[in-house]
Amino acid sequence: MSDAFAWLYSDVVKEHFTNPKNVLNPDEGFVSNAEGMTGNIKCGDQMMFLLRIEGDVIADARWKTYGCASAIASTSMLSEVIKGMGIKEAYNIKPDDIVKRLGGLPDNKIHCSVLGDKALRAAIDDYLAKNGREGEFRNEGARIICSCLNISDRDIEEAVKQGARDWNGLQERTKIGTVCGGCKTAAEELLHEYVHIFA
Amino acid sequence: MERRLVYMDYNATTPLRPEVKAAMIEDLEVFANASSMHEAGRRARARVEEARARVARLVGADDPERVIFTSGGSESNNTVFATMFHLGRAGSRRGIVTTKIEHPCVLNAAKWLEAEGFPVTFLDVDEYGMVRLDQLRASVGPDTLLVSVMAANNEIGTIQDMAAISGVAKAAGAFFHSDATQAVGKVRVDVREWGVDYMTMSCHKLYGPKGVGALYARPGAPLEPLIRGGHQEHGFRAGTYNNQGILGFGLAADLARAELDEYSARVRALRNRMRDGIVASVPKVRVNGHPESVLPNTLNVSFPGAEGEAILLSLDLEGIRVSTGSACASGSLEPSHVLLATGVGPELAHGSIRFSLGRDTTEAEVDYVVSKIGPIIARLRAMSTVSY
Repeated sequence: MSDAFAWLYSDVVKEHFTNPKNVLNPDEGFVSNAEGMTGNIKCGDQMMFLLRIEGDVIADARWKTYGCASAIASTSMLSEVIKGMGIKEAYNIKPDDIVKRLGGLPDNKIHCSVLGDKALRAAIDDYLAKNGREGEFRNEGARIICSCLNISDRDIEEAVKQGARDWNGLQERTKIGTVCGGCKTAAEELLHEYVHIFA
Repeated sequence: MERRLVYMDYNATTPLRPEVKAAMIEDLEVFANASSMHEAGRRARARVEEARARVARLVGADDPERVIFTSGGSESNNTVFATMFHLGRAGSRRGIVTTKIEHPCVLNAAKWLEAEGFPVTFLDVDEYGMVRLDQLRASVGPDTLLVSVMAANNEIGTIQDMAAISGVAKAAGAFFHSDATQAVGKVRVDVREWGVDYMTMSCHKLYGPKGVGALYARPGAPLEPLIRGGHQEHGFRAGTYNNQGILGFGLAADLARAELDEYSARVRALRNRMRDGIVASVPKVRVNGHPESVLPNTLNVSFPGAEGEAILLSLDLEGIRVSTGSACASGSLEPSHVLLATGVGPELAHGSIRFSLGRDTTEAEVDYVVSKIGPIIARLRAMSTVSY
């Protein structure tokens, strides 16, 4: 369609929304050895990833989501990208990479695209845990937020998963911001995002 | 079935009626300032006053002078709350009682007064979106300055028991305001029967132009201008007359009044056909809003397991224009405050779609939408983590 108003997002988003790839079909008997689930129906989005990993390479992937068009399209794209990819590389995929491949998303829809890679990482973590390698990738691709204490975005994510809901709760678990405190704004932004996704 | 373009978002806005459009285009030749004393000005003013009488007649106002033209519903509502600000500062009554399901312009005006130190109560509603009269009675008292309750809800269509609410406000000696933006032109509205001191109206919801609305103020009800300036609207609302907009409002009001019974019966039948069609063809849906006391054109349905923005955009690709209560379509993280207030829970609020029908809606359009919604919901549910 050439009319710029005929569809809200990019043509790539439309294609992946209307014909999503790798959606789990209960009848196909997909065999997986890694499962990850994230998000919350209360917040309007939830995501599940199933992977079949062979020799640390993602042989195949399936997913399901309760989510908006952007969530469906970005997860569909992600599921295509990771096939044949090593789990370490897949673990380090940034939502931004997916958004670029989708031809962009409006700013207020970016948070809808992060759920897919969270579910993917949860699935890879599940695989590692099942194989006695728990937490092996925890600091892969992590971004340091509190440089005084070397605390990363992944540490904040982990703290939220373990129950941190506010700044005090986050400090109790990570000691973040207890030296110079210069990271508070950035850390609180992440905290808010992770609470939305995981709480 | 052939692809159609179906507009079912009449509560968002309505198309301009051809008769209204033609009259406005003709009126564009009348450029004179309706405040001017010369002949051209007097002619322009006569058209404004005729429109005022027509709008007054639509809502049963005996005194057209008490219909004040504004730029729309938001301005009318804000004028009432600004008036309360002045009254509250000057007098002893300061309490504001409104509801959790008001339009954002009332909610935010009430929050503004709250921030200014006025005690504000946001009333709950029941599962159908009706104000709980016992809670209302318990919330008003000798300190209550204003009770503001919308006549009909824009999202779920629920129509309040206006006379009963008005009675409670009156008994407490409080002013009663109603945002009747969605009710006027869709159901019979009578300012005397409803006992309103103030009532908000908007023109673009009844097939007239955007950018014009009105505020009815009962004779004797105090009013403070929001916009100060010239002596237009008896000093209650300054600004050069919007000749064409006001003329269009008057004509649209007249047509709405003449056709109200026919409109109401026909659109309600279409709405119910649509409701029955959806309930019959899509498993496990929930129809939101009051089963009887509801706008004839409004059908709000929750589709558990499917997310609202995804439903809306799927319908959009089929040429069907609707609204959703999903957070994903609002830019915030919260779904519809109206549905949450009715207690449906976040998942049903995220998965809600508002179909609002209008005078141009046909049976074929309704059947087209019903035929499309089933497969769309089935597809989204098949890929959903929540199974139905």
